[in-house]
Amino acid sequence: MTAFARVPARADVIIVGGGFMGAATAFFLRTHGLSVILLERDLVGQAASGTNFGNVRRQGRYLPQLPLSNRSREIWGRLPELIGEDAEFLPAGHILVTTSEEDGARLEQYARDCKPWGLDLTMMTGDQARAMFPMVGPDIRAVSYSPHDGHANPRLAAPAFGRAARRAGARVVEQAEVVSIDRNSEDFTVETADGNRYHAPLLQISSGAWGRAMAATFEEDVPMAPQGPQMGVTEPLPYRIHPVIGSASSVTEEGVYLRQVKRGNIVFGGGRRSTADLATKRARLDPMNTLRQMPYLARLVPAMARLRVIRTWSGVEGYVQDSLPIMGPSDRIPGLFYAFGFCGHGFQLGPGVGATMAELIATGRTDIPLDPFHVSRFQRTVPTHTAP
Amino acid sequence: MPALFRRVDETGRRPVRLIVDGHEIDALEGDTLLTALLTNGHRLRRNEFDGKPRAGFCLMGACQDCWLWTETGEELRACSTEVRDDMRIVTQEVPWLNP
Amino acid sequence: MAESLIVVGAGPAGTRAAERLVQAGLRPVVIDENERQGGQIYRRQPENFNRPPEKLYGTEAARARALHADFEALRPHIDYRPGTTVWGVAEEGLLAVRGSTVTTLPFSAIIIASGATDRIMPLPGWTIPGVYSLGASQIALKAQACTIGGAPVFMGTGPLLYLVAWQYMRAGVKPAAVLDTSSLATRLRGLRGMMSRARVVANGVHYMADLARAGVPLHAGITPLRVEGREDGVTGVAWQDARGRLRRTACDAVGTGYGLRAETQLADLLKCMFAFDPRFTQWRPQVDPDGRTSQPDVYLAGDGVLLRGADAAEAAGRLAACALLQDRRIAVAPDEIVGLRKSLSTLDRFAGGLAKAFPWPAHLAAALPDDTVVCRCENVTAGDIRHAATALDSPEINRAKALMRPGMGRCQGRMCGLAAAEVLAAARGVPVDKVGRIRSAAPLKPLPLDCRIAP
Repeated sequence: MTAFARVPARADVIIVGGGFMGAATAFFLRTHGLSVILLERDLVGQAASGTNFGNVRRQGRYLPQLPLSNRSREIWGRLPELIGEDAEFLPAGHILVTTSEEDGARLEQYARDCKPWGLDLTMMTGDQARAMFPMVGPDIRAVSYSPHDGHANPRLAAPAFGRAARRAGARVVEQAEVVSIDRNSEDFTVETADGNRYHAPLLQISSGAWGRAMAATFEEDVPMAPQGPQMGVTEPLPYRIHPVIGSASSVTEEGVYLRQVKRGNIVFGGGRRSTADLATKRARLDPMNTLRQMPYLARLVPAMARLRVIRTWSGVEGYVQDSLPIMGPSDRIPGLFYAFGFCGHGFQLGPGVGATMAELIATGRTDIPLDPFHVSRFQRTVPTHTAP
Repeated sequence: MPALFRRVDETGRRPVRLIVDGHEIDALEGDTLLTALLTNGHRLRRNEFDGKPRAGFCLMGACQDCWLWTETGEELRACSTEVRDDMRIVTQEVPWLNP
Repeated sequence: MAESLIVVGAGPAGTRAAERLVQAGLRPVVIDENERQGGQIYRRQPENFNRPPEKLYGTEAARARALHADFEALRPHIDYRPGTTVWGVAEEGLLAVRGSTVTTLPFSAIIIASGATDRIMPLPGWTIPGVYSLGASQIALKAQACTIGGAPVFMGTGPLLYLVAWQYMRAGVKPAAVLDTSSLATRLRGLRGMMSRARVVANGVHYMADLARAGVPLHAGITPLRVEGREDGVTGVAWQDARGRLRRTACDAVGTGYGLRAETQLADLLKCMFAFDPRFTQWRPQVDPDGRTSQPDVYLAGDGVLLRGADAAEAAGRLAACALLQDRRIAVAPDEIVGLRKSLSTLDRFAGGLAKAFPWPAHLAAALPDDTVVCRCENVTAGDIRHAATALDSPEINRAKALMRPGMGRCQGRMCGLAAAEVLAAARGVPVDKVGRIRSAAPLKPLPLDCRIAP
């Protein structure tokens, strides 16, 4: 047992979970002048936030998510002035490619539908795409090009927000596993495994795949399961592939994607996912999936076939039944907020989620529509939440 | 500049001729690609990040610092690939997508 | 029930493990990354080379001959897969690759005898062409009849330093110097354990005496400072002698190494439990005295788990096979196990003595200049790792890797991992075991993207 006295810590807001969402929320709460304690079980940005593909992609998203995504994209472009580093964000474009007519028609439809939501896409034929991006393979037919999307380094982004939050005055506590959360009439009291207790009138749960268990302590259940993305990286080559290239195939195994980082390595992922274990906090990559990805990667960029894979990894991601995150206020507990379960598409949203949640927590409102992500969509009783 | 490696024995083997960066070099049957290049010169490749020459390090397939390319883009680990007649190796430019 | 047994590695441990399984009437798959059996110590030259074993293996020629001949005799009784690299583990079994062809090998039990590589302490200039590991220096000679230069310096610590220098001298290339970081005093401290094998100690003394007689400068207790040279080769090494004086030795090549580092990645992929071994100052899989790991049906033998040398590897390989047989209720004479354990305990004392006599100079990592490359794949410097430790607040090596990339390249930290951990630990002011070890990931070696699963 420790001999030190346990000093209770108090703040305006406690954030449980230091992934990208938690770290970014902590940072933006400070810009609203609120005091923040961020509690992270391991290290900031270590789970899904640090192991995902690094897509800064808007196209293809659920349309009502685009306002949030657009806001996030705007912040991505200002990272150096906001947090002092760019997390290797490269707005080099994003192309979604197809090999079938039906998938191409879907892309066409999406390009039309997303326009009113503030996203401008350029549709191209395979030949037009190959003229602009000569690395794209001969099988590719219709291509949707999003010129202002791109990619960034997921290992760097969330930790950078964590450090920026700390510099801005947030109390960021790592290796602090939350063991209990209680609520009395005024405050939430959060206890960590080392016996420390933290108090605040406002609380955000942003604990990723572990969010379900946290929400369950407030009797809000979310149908959600952990899964692991199947990531890999090649050896470094001269930097030639500028846009992110993703398959828009409706066949799971064909749905691979890739990006080349400026140092030269090509990061890839997609296709089947593996199981993940919340207890051990590990998602093991299934190397058979890596083998399955290979022919489809070579179909997108045939020159990749000659390269070598040097490393693979996975991470624990939380997938909600309807493939949408849980974001917004609790349906039951005043002062409680959620931002978790981003279903493998949260990286691009990170900065926008942080800014929006901070705004919501600090001011009680936001112009970003969050209704579709409200936890109440899974409650049996009809929710009475306030629409934004 | 003398070659990096020196042969000290087993020099009576059948000669093998290969092309490195467009130039013919002589090696001996049973040589690894690494031996062939380093008995004729003093590097195998350049590090991707500082462009400085490298000449392998562990010779047992662990350090991965001796990967070479054939002209057609096949990758070979020089320490564990035996030379063959008419191999065509490039060490200067990676055969990869054009800029 | 048909057993599918796999032995990974065909060095001394793998060969003896396979042999013992065959003696029990089993037919293991033996996978070896090399095209020819023998491992590193008893590495074989290509078939068209003519030097006799005496010339290649010196005092160990008889053991080498026996190991090679015994393996040849095993060939009809095993499923031998040379030139094949194990790169991953899936539900379906072990994943191996030869060229671009991937094979899936289901197994009911596996003995891993994956050996070791040199343990490396980086120093300024170590990426200049002409700097090699000690093992590489020896392989050049043994397997290719070449030397790494005409006047090499051998610098580092451990018995291999003197053996390689002596072998080079015998091959007609006189080393410019042998520079050992261990002091004479530490060597005496290890001597007691080492005297369990007086013959081996006598050999070592004999190598040193020969070298000294030939006028090769031998220095103990030195501090390496840097390798000097240009882009096209080494011109010398700068070092400090035991009294702290700056010295320079002109040379055209450097062989360096500080004992061995167990090749443990496959055991890691198989989820074996690891522990820090203070004796060898590195993490290794936990094993019982016979080679059983924390995972049922996974056995380890040889330098891939405990750095006790080739003789121990032979005994440990056989013993691991005995453990596997016993666990499958196949009778093994108790005498055999007792005998193997006994010889291993002698060799173990010796290995402990060696580790004391030629200690890993961890303090050198703390003293590396900031601009020294530590990770030679990714060109990550000591300063980068210190930045990860301090400004980026990385408490352990995988975090430092995630943020600043040491160990993230093609070799997955095989060369730099132990030194990078020392740099990190020193910068954090904690013992090295507190910063953990780099996690292994498939593919264990670079895997071609055009590979196909064999039908």
